[in-house]
Amino acid sequence: MADSGNTGAFVEFERVQKSYDGEILVVKDLNLSMPKGEFLTMLGPSGSGKTTCLMMLAGFETATHGEIRLDGVSINNIPPHKRGIGMVFQNYALFPHMTIAENLSFPLEVRKIDKSDREAKVMRALDMVEMGAFGGRRPSQLSGGQQQRVALARALVFEPELVLMDEPLGALDKQLREKMQFEITHLAHELGITVVYVTHDQTEALTMSDRVAVFEDGRIQQLAPPDKLYEEPENSFVAQFIGENNTLEGVVNEISGERAVVQLDSGDLIDCKPINVSKVGERTQVSIRPERVEFNVDRLQEGTHRLKAEVLEFIYMGDIFRTRLRVAGRDDFVVKTRNAPDQVRLQPGQEIEIGWLPEDCRALDA
Amino acid sequence: MSDSTATGPVLAADGTPLKKSLAQALRREKTRALLLIAPLLIFVLISFIFPIGKMLFRSVENDIVADTIPLTVVELAKWDASSGELPNEDVYAAMAADMVVAIAAKAHTRLGSRLNYEQTGLSSLFRKSGRAIKKWDLATDAPFKEKFLEIHDGWGTVEVWQTIQTHSGRKTSGYFLNAIDMQLSPDGPAAQPESKQILITLFKRTMIMSMIITISCILLAYPVAWILANLPARKANLLMILVLLPFWTSLLVRTSAWKVMLQQQGVINDILVWLGLVADADRLVMINNQTGTIIAMTHILLPFMILPMYSVMQTIPITYLRAAKSLGATNWTAFWRVYFPQSVPGIGAGSILVFILSIGYYITPEIVGGTKGVFISNRIAYHISSSLNWGLAAALGAILLALVLILYWAYDKIVGIDNVKLG
Repeated sequence: MADSGNTGAFVEFERVQKSYDGEILVVKDLNLSMPKGEFLTMLGPSGSGKTTCLMMLAGFETATHGEIRLDGVSINNIPPHKRGIGMVFQNYALFPHMTIAENLSFPLEVRKIDKSDREAKVMRALDMVEMGAFGGRRPSQLSGGQQQRVALARALVFEPELVLMDEPLGALDKQLREKMQFEITHLAHELGITVVYVTHDQTEALTMSDRVAVFEDGRIQQLAPPDKLYEEPENSFVAQFIGENNTLEGVVNEISGERAVVQLDSGDLIDCKPINVSKVGERTQVSIRPERVEFNVDRLQEGTHRLKAEVLEFIYMGDIFRTRLRVAGRDDFVVKTRNAPDQVRLQPGQEIEIGWLPEDCRALDA
Repeated sequence: MSDSTATGPVLAADGTPLKKSLAQALRREKTRALLLIAPLLIFVLISFIFPIGKMLFRSVENDIVADTIPLTVVELAKWDASSGELPNEDVYAAMAADMVVAIAAKAHTRLGSRLNYEQTGLSSLFRKSGRAIKKWDLATDAPFKEKFLEIHDGWGTVEVWQTIQTHSGRKTSGYFLNAIDMQLSPDGPAAQPESKQILITLFKRTMIMSMIITISCILLAYPVAWILANLPARKANLLMILVLLPFWTSLLVRTSAWKVMLQQQGVINDILVWLGLVADADRLVMINNQTGTIIAMTHILLPFMILPMYSVMQTIPITYLRAAKSLGATNWTAFWRVYFPQSVPGIGAGSILVFILSIGYYITPEIVGGTKGVFISNRIAYHISSSLNWGLAAALGAILLALVLILYWAYDKIVGIDNVKLG
């Protein structure tokens, strides 16, 4: 698929570091490689270094150390305008003094494409985002969602192979955001472009991406497809950052292959799958997803440990029920159940027993 | 009023029309707002609008002739100025009657000064005649024609009477004609004698030099404003203080400082000579000419250009430049096609401010301008305080005001005044 030499990767970060002040590393030893056509999301809290990485790739920031390659060629010393990378900015950055058509025509003009070709391409790009009728308007005359589409069209009109998007949907309301998420992914797959997408919205990352890179503290904490990221977080940061998560703390009591028994600080024992722990006596944070907790005792596996729980709160959320429990001395333990006809509605004050499949419960770093 | 139909006015809850109700609700607020601005409004009206209106009115007002020699004006109207003959005895008799009254009120010298603007020599004619006419007895001394001619030959020249007749109206276009190097002659508007033509040149010079000053300000201010707008806040504040520093120094001190800098034995020339760039014998002449005025005024007006530019540039996010570059534009194209058009409102606002300030500038051209570098405002000041020809000063002022308004209008047509942002 890739026509480059060494590794076959289209975009590559190799041992990239970045510091703004010479004292603090904002990006620490970043290694990343993307094949052509991939939709990769950089996800992380603000200040985690994800936007800096994107800016280095676009050429607006220089890497303090390391090499960034595009299609096998080092682009460290190539200025932004020669990289041929399309970019969608957070607030669209549509030029306010130009019409929509002029905005789209701009990248073609600087590439010295002749007028008739230019007009055809602009029209095609606008039609692609269903904005064909708006060519004569100014950006300020469009709604947020329309500006977003135009920004997308402008980033695509000169047919770049790589498109960067910096929180492009941040300013839109929820419904529009969800609609645009689908449109962007469909467009990206249709055109076969490679996309690096930055966001701090995990739902966006999970629904749109082929792979998600979770950033924290200037490092990629985990790089995996969305399902893997959610179901098999590799460390406690990822577990807590992606989706809702129940955390229990304790010490490894027994460990054998795929099974471990952890003694919680309350003294209770639970079964789990060791991920980042290897020996008895190690401290660990145990992570269990709210929807994987079972309180129907009949369905629990024979011989596994169970925990006593007290129902604190029952919240009706429409499609799901959210029940807050006091478990092992913590009162932020949440269970989510589907709203089905036969579903039990727990009452506050009720004493129940809960448990889970050992493989759903992951013993991570402390 | 109480029963509202579907087509009637919208009513408030108590049945009064909504508009009336709204007006009542807002009346208190409006009154309060008006009271708050009242002191300033009254101050501006009394001390600014009214005097300016009065001053501008002086440019066409010409009551002095008709008020001082009313009988003569009436008699003189019957005289055919183009006949080439002197007026008849009636006119001289009327003049004698008028002069006796005017001399008692000591008004004849002022009339002399007024007519002297139009024809040199009339001031002394009236002054000298006054001393003789004082002794006349109107009842017995007739006829007066010979007596007038005895006092002064002037009364025997057709031109003197033509001048009086031409300028006897209560409204005159004479000052405005004078302001554009013309005069009101008995045969209508005509060009001033070449030796008296100076004002058009001054107007042109004022315009051209103001334009040069504005352009130099744009060139110098643009990079500074750009840096100001793009530096981190703390450094920008420091730089801003440096920009504002001149405001805290007296205008006179700054202008005098330029005098020290620019004169032939001044700092700049000394340095150039010391560097060997200029020979000691031919030091540069940079003061008391147009160069001096341009340099000093550019410096003095620079903050007025930087500030509006800065406030506009501050609102242009850096992402526009980044977006342009990511779309393939070089640094220059990104600046010229994307950043610059968005900064034009700042340039416009700064230019209007600097240009208008500079065409009315007085102190700096006066101090560093010499004779070649003075502006029309210096001429206005001369007519106000030295020649006391307030009518001409008012006419010049009115033309200056009209020019500013025309430019403002033209700017609005070309760029659009909505595009001007001062902050």
